[in-house]
Amino acid sequence: MTWYDSFLQQLVDGLVLGSFYALVALGYTMVFGVIKLLNFAHGDLYMTGAFAGFGGLSLVSGFLGAGWIGIFVAMLLAMIAVGCLGVVIERVAYHPMLGAPRLSILITALAVSLVLQNAALALTGGQYTAFSTDLGLGGFNLGNLFLSHNQIVLVATAAVLMIALELFVSRTLYGRAMRAVSIDKDMCRMMGINVSAVIAVTFFIGSGLAAAAGTMAGAYYGSIWYFMGFLIGLKAFTAAVIGGIGSITGAMLGGLILGLLESFGTHIPFIGSEWKDVFTFSILILVLVFKPTGLLGKSEVERM
Amino acid sequence: MDRHSPSTTPDTHKPDFHESDFHEPRPRNLFQRLYAAFESPGRRRALHLAIIAILIVTPWISSQYTTVILTNALLYVVLCLGLNIVVGYAGLLDLGYAAFFAVGAYTIGILTQQFGVNFWAAIPFALLAAALAGVIIGGPTLRLRSDYLAIVTLGFGEIVRFTARNLEITGGASGLSHIPEPSLFGWHIDSSIDFYYVFVVLAVLAYIASQRLFDSRLGRAWLYVRHDEDAAEAMGINRVATKLAAYVIGAIFGAIGGIFFSVNLGAISPESFSFQQSVLILLAVVLGGMGKIPGVILGAFIVVLGPELLRDFGTLRLLIFAVLLLLIMLFRPSGIWPEKRS
Amino acid sequence: MLLQLKQVSLSFAGNTVLHDVDFGVEPGRIHSLIGPNGAGKTSMFNVITGFYRPQQGEITLDGEPIVKRKPHAVTRLGIARTFQNVRLFREMSVLENVMAGQHCRTRSGALAAILRLPSQRAEERRILETSLECLDFVGLLGHQDRLATNLAYGHQRRVEIARALATQPKLLLLDEPAAGLNSGEKQALIELIRRIRDERGVAVLLIEHDMSLVMNVSERISVLDHGSLITEGDPHTVQNDPKVIEAYLGQDDEELAL
Repeated sequence: MTWYDSFLQQLVDGLVLGSFYALVALGYTMVFGVIKLLNFAHGDLYMTGAFAGFGGLSLVSGFLGAGWIGIFVAMLLAMIAVGCLGVVIERVAYHPMLGAPRLSILITALAVSLVLQNAALALTGGQYTAFSTDLGLGGFNLGNLFLSHNQIVLVATAAVLMIALELFVSRTLYGRAMRAVSIDKDMCRMMGINVSAVIAVTFFIGSGLAAAAGTMAGAYYGSIWYFMGFLIGLKAFTAAVIGGIGSITGAMLGGLILGLLESFGTHIPFIGSEWKDVFTFSILILVLVFKPTGLLGKSEVERM
Repeated sequence: MDRHSPSTTPDTHKPDFHESDFHEPRPRNLFQRLYAAFESPGRRRALHLAIIAILIVTPWISSQYTTVILTNALLYVVLCLGLNIVVGYAGLLDLGYAAFFAVGAYTIGILTQQFGVNFWAAIPFALLAAALAGVIIGGPTLRLRSDYLAIVTLGFGEIVRFTARNLEITGGASGLSHIPEPSLFGWHIDSSIDFYYVFVVLAVLAYIASQRLFDSRLGRAWLYVRHDEDAAEAMGINRVATKLAAYVIGAIFGAIGGIFFSVNLGAISPESFSFQQSVLILLAVVLGGMGKIPGVILGAFIVVLGPELLRDFGTLRLLIFAVLLLLIMLFRPSGIWPEKRS
Repeated sequence: MLLQLKQVSLSFAGNTVLHDVDFGVEPGRIHSLIGPNGAGKTSMFNVITGFYRPQQGEITLDGEPIVKRKPHAVTRLGIARTFQNVRLFREMSVLENVMAGQHCRTRSGALAAILRLPSQRAEERRILETSLECLDFVGLLGHQDRLATNLAYGHQRRVEIARALATQPKLLLLDEPAAGLNSGEKQALIELIRRIRDERGVAVLLIEHDMSLVMNVSERISVLDHGSLITEGDPHTVQNDPKVIEAYLGQDDEELAL
């Protein structure tokens, strides 16, 4: 393989990884936008989504098979189920805390994350669950570059979901209300916008996207476990920060950038794959320190 | 408009307080009566002496198993009092506190086991390393929003753990073993009872240091900055330096725990310093009551002794803790330790 | 001049808040800054105390440059302030609130506190004495152990002043200290401001909307409108300046329109 082929292969791997990051980062950024809360439980919603997708697939695989069609249906079921879970979490845990000190809200979010994680741990006994599908290993060869069907479907699905979200936010009433709520909640209340409903919709969509990513990741990698949301939660947050937290386009961009950075970064000499996560967190810290508003984020009023 | 309303409403001319307000309200419930009972310095000293006496006698009347568990609880007291300075006093959420614990433990492990440095001579290096780590991670990030700080500390905790796992000098994934036990003036500290007493001393020192810091200029500055950063700055308090001080002091407490943890066990591995470890320490602090020293100590004991009592529940134990944390935050965010003032 | 501003300009995202302001406060003076709502008075306080960084201009206190210093460093240099909406440390006692002011005049660190060094204990005693003295000065001795937020509003304002005085300033900035006070409390405030100057030698710069208070207590008045200083002088001159009347009338029109 020439360096050029390996470059292309890295690019493809980076795009696949970046699609997962972007989908999860979207939920972070949307929730942060409307209630200014860092939803620590978001990575665990991704994990829950993977398990929900697994359950969904075992329900529908009898008559739809465990190919992409069955997986799509399972993914939709998982998105609805986890979306509802997200709404319940917001109502039960975050809503009562909105007037509380920031520290309390953050710890509450952490507690929700731990509850989801440890509930999954208790249910699975900490074992990996095989996410078996009928997905083949077929694909195209473009020169020395191999593109699997699964990679193409996965990136395409992520792209469709993101375009749909972008349209929802920019074209629909709820989408516009969402943007308005992220700017000034009190003003929205005075204008007669049902702020609670907008927040609920935001949680539903954000959690649903995480579930979509979880199901696809389960199907793509073939196994799921209770702790799978932890690292991706951190990384998706990194992606959201790179793009500029609160910015939807930024989250997509940040996800892709992070995916590519990881894919290429691990091939830089001296940074082996065992340093991949250290590399990512270093990026997170550097971005937060030097450009906390990210690429597309709005800066807050300058204060010293 | 608002500004003029007080002069038009006669009610506000009356003072808003009554004579009785100047007296402490009479204690109502059991806890307030207990507080009142130990209000006088003499009685408080008696209480302290009684607790120390119990700590000294315990290993002679209990099994070795109990002694080991209590030693672990005392280690957690040190760690929790350290994290309490960061979270409880300064109000900074640190999700990677185990990293400082790791820095202390690994510095000792590497210096004593691989370079043959005497344990006591290695301690200053371990403390320095932790303080340095505190400055490196805290310096640039303490200016950030509090939720960013939380995630940065989480990332930092993971970086430390991954680094320990990937480096040769730290023994990779299997960690370091055969860390030599220390001696002090000819006393070879090796039995579980020996280590129990070492941790009693550490816990008592951590308690005294916490209490004294809380009653000092720096302790007050932490509260000012936590309550209102702008007002604190306007009073001449350097917000970043104050937070950094909390962070570094917390790091040093963590390192002290790590230093003695490593020689007590004789072996350390990256998994001793995982995110779960950080969460457990945080849970103890929140459970007992952030910023309340006796509460935090109680929290440390609950977090260590609880799992022993819940042994039969297997993996459900952690779920029970997680639900407990959530319930505390929702219904009693100030922790289970009762308030002094009602 | 104790405090001197030279051609200070401040803008936020293209909106000019202060425009080429030249301004000075003489030592030992009671000086008022007035102007219609939105004229930039509080912004000027924030520039002086280091909370905002002006795009251009120089600010000095006793010849020492202030611009580029952080708020805590400005306080250490000798400027103390109160806030428009009282900002006491909630859930802390009155005494603890006032003790905050002594922070920048003391130095013991963590180690001294843990070891209870004699120097640290002496310093703690000094902090306590100074704070009690400041509380006594504003007439709140006896309230020190109450929670600050349980005091009457007028008393909370006094605690804030005591806290500012505890920083041992050369210049005290009061942002609408009479807001929310009744007429008796206003009279007491006037006396307090005079005593701060007379007994402690602290110059006072205040923003205030209550014109009778301003005319009563000030020795010099500066008028700010749309970010520019339009006039300055003793109360009598300012009161009769047509530019001032115009600035305030313009605002009245807007209020009527609303």
